[in-house]
Amino acid sequence: MDIHEYQAKELLAGYGVKIAEGGLAYSPEEAVQRAREIGGNVWAVKAQIHSGARGKAGGIKICKTHDEVEAAAEALLGKKLVTHQTGPAGKVCGRLYIEAGTNIVKELYFSFLVDRSSERIVMVGSAQGGMEIEELAANNPEALTKIYISPAVGLQDYQAREMAFALGLEPALLSHAVKTIKGCYRALRDLDASMLEINPLVINGNNELIALDAKMGFDDNALFRQHKVAELRDKTQEDPRETAAGDRGLSYVGLDGDIGCMINGAGLAMATMDMIKLAGGEPANFLDVGGGASAERTEKAFRLVLADKGVKAMLVNIFAGINRCDWIAEGVVEAVKKIDMKIPLIVRLSGTNVEEGRRIIAESGLPIITADTLAEAAEKAVKARNEVVANER
Amino acid sequence: MAILINETTRIIVQGFTGKIGTFHAQDMINYGSNVVGGITPGKGGQTHLDRPVFNTVKEAVNQVGAEASIIFVPPAFAADSIMEAADAGIKYCVAITDGIPTQDMMKVKNFLRRFPKEERMVLTGPNCAGTISPGRAMLGIMPGHIYKQGNVGIVGRSGTLGYEAADQMKALGIGVSTSVGIGGDPINGSSHRDILEIFEQDPETKVVIMIGEIGGPQEVEAGLYAKEHMTKPLIAYIAGLTAPEGRRMGHAGAIISSAGESAAEKVAILKELGVTICPTPAAMGETVAAVLAKL
Repeated sequence: MDIHEYQAKELLAGYGVKIAEGGLAYSPEEAVQRAREIGGNVWAVKAQIHSGARGKAGGIKICKTHDEVEAAAEALLGKKLVTHQTGPAGKVCGRLYIEAGTNIVKELYFSFLVDRSSERIVMVGSAQGGMEIEELAANNPEALTKIYISPAVGLQDYQAREMAFALGLEPALLSHAVKTIKGCYRALRDLDASMLEINPLVINGNNELIALDAKMGFDDNALFRQHKVAELRDKTQEDPRETAAGDRGLSYVGLDGDIGCMINGAGLAMATMDMIKLAGGEPANFLDVGGGASAERTEKAFRLVLADKGVKAMLVNIFAGINRCDWIAEGVVEAVKKIDMKIPLIVRLSGTNVEEGRRIIAESGLPIITADTLAEAAEKAVKARNEVVANER
Repeated sequence: MAILINETTRIIVQGFTGKIGTFHAQDMINYGSNVVGGITPGKGGQTHLDRPVFNTVKEAVNQVGAEASIIFVPPAFAADSIMEAADAGIKYCVAITDGIPTQDMMKVKNFLRRFPKEERMVLTGPNCAGTISPGRAMLGIMPGHIYKQGNVGIVGRSGTLGYEAADQMKALGIGVSTSVGIGGDPINGSSHRDILEIFEQDPETKVVIMIGEIGGPQEVEAGLYAKEHMTKPLIAYIAGLTAPEGRRMGHAGAIISSAGESAAEKVAILKELGVTICPTPAAMGETVAAVLAKL
């Protein structure tokens, strides 16, 4: 789960990390009010969307008068911002963070990530801030310092000092830097964050370290014990289809193709999508219905896939392990009858009681196309989709 | 032979008396697995499925000589159960539980490293379908009947895709020595590479198929190991050709977050390392058959 910049900053401030003074605004009037409260004569008006690279997308505006703050807020609120992280669909900005302008002397890069290779938290820093980590890693890997943290004892002071020196900080800033770095680590550990990135971490004119941006991502598996974090969820930043699926206990990812999919198991789902692609089609979605694909679950999954009006054909691929093909077949038949499907449906069943399952589909009298193998299922789905498209023309 | 489990392995079930634990314990018993009891703290002394219930794993090890365990404990308590098994002297543990927090798994892995290698418990999972040595023992939740006994090793992150592979192989008359699910989480008890090392030592296993997916460095690490140290042919299929970057595809670990983690990149690297690639997920059976025919 991701959260907004202002939420991450509030959390980090609670752990002793210095941030610039700021406030949240939902309207241009509120934005001006926040700027007045903050005082000074430079403000940053920052679009709050779940994505990095907001600056490049025009989501951050530096303003020197209250009129400029108002105009910037007017322009950003309700606007769809497209970054390489949001994909072409973009994300709509519904909240603004108004922040006091910071006199930047130097920009640094600083983050914590889960390193799957070492199975540890890794702390990453670079004296060259402002760029994205991917760019840094690709263009100048030797400028990145990585320090691995033992899960048994956690981050030690000497490691924080090593990082401070790697960031090129002068000795006068050392204690402040150690406090900031350790604060970030405690936030990550206490809150079950899976990533924390401060890019840039800046040195300001008063020789202080300030988190100018902050991004935090959390381990979904740990939200059961992080109620305060769970409350920070902003559903407006999620794909509504994925939110609906998640609320129904299904795992769904919307894609750009037009062949809808319903499969049990994440690996088999990815493999089936691969097969569709190899057969010349494009999947409309990833959907894992899980092990116990009951009739009720099947119907929910069907409705979810078909809610995407771009879907031209639907492929169901179930490998019955714990469950049985005949139960799944009954669920599919029931769902199709209830929903009144208008597009071709291709069903491939295998595993326990497969013969019985196929018989139920065949005897249902419904125009369901059946397939015995994965390859056949994908080919038939692509063919059916092509026929639908040809008829539309 | 097979690896990790056989018909004599004394198995206990952690989370024995719960609904899911009961269902799968019965299924494993029906398959012929040597289930000698189970653990449910507070229910020690009772009998469940005609087998003793213990309060702690240590009691089960002391009283019935438990060697392997399978975990059906809910996510919030699963890491603790894994550590209890390791500390009690269990040799092999399968964690079925899906949804264990990543930081808990880091602690578990760190805990396991405290033990000297020869005494260290082997853990597979979490978030997996378990392990089966067909015709001998099942320590998992898979449909046992789709596996034919034979000499191909399977190691994979996904449950149902592993079933698909076994099913394709059975249709061609090809059997399996052992199939090991390592699970779909970002941090696994054992990696692909760890399991390849065990298969390499098993005289019965002639060929290994690795079923990987997007995300993480594991498949490439396994490929490097195979190139340097394996005498047996390795075949691989990597799922997720159509998966977009930065999106989680069902499994907590199936997410492309850095260079080299996409299916296309992994396939290219594995090819370079001399691994035989299954061109499509429908060709897993025939690719294995072709490699076996050349032996």
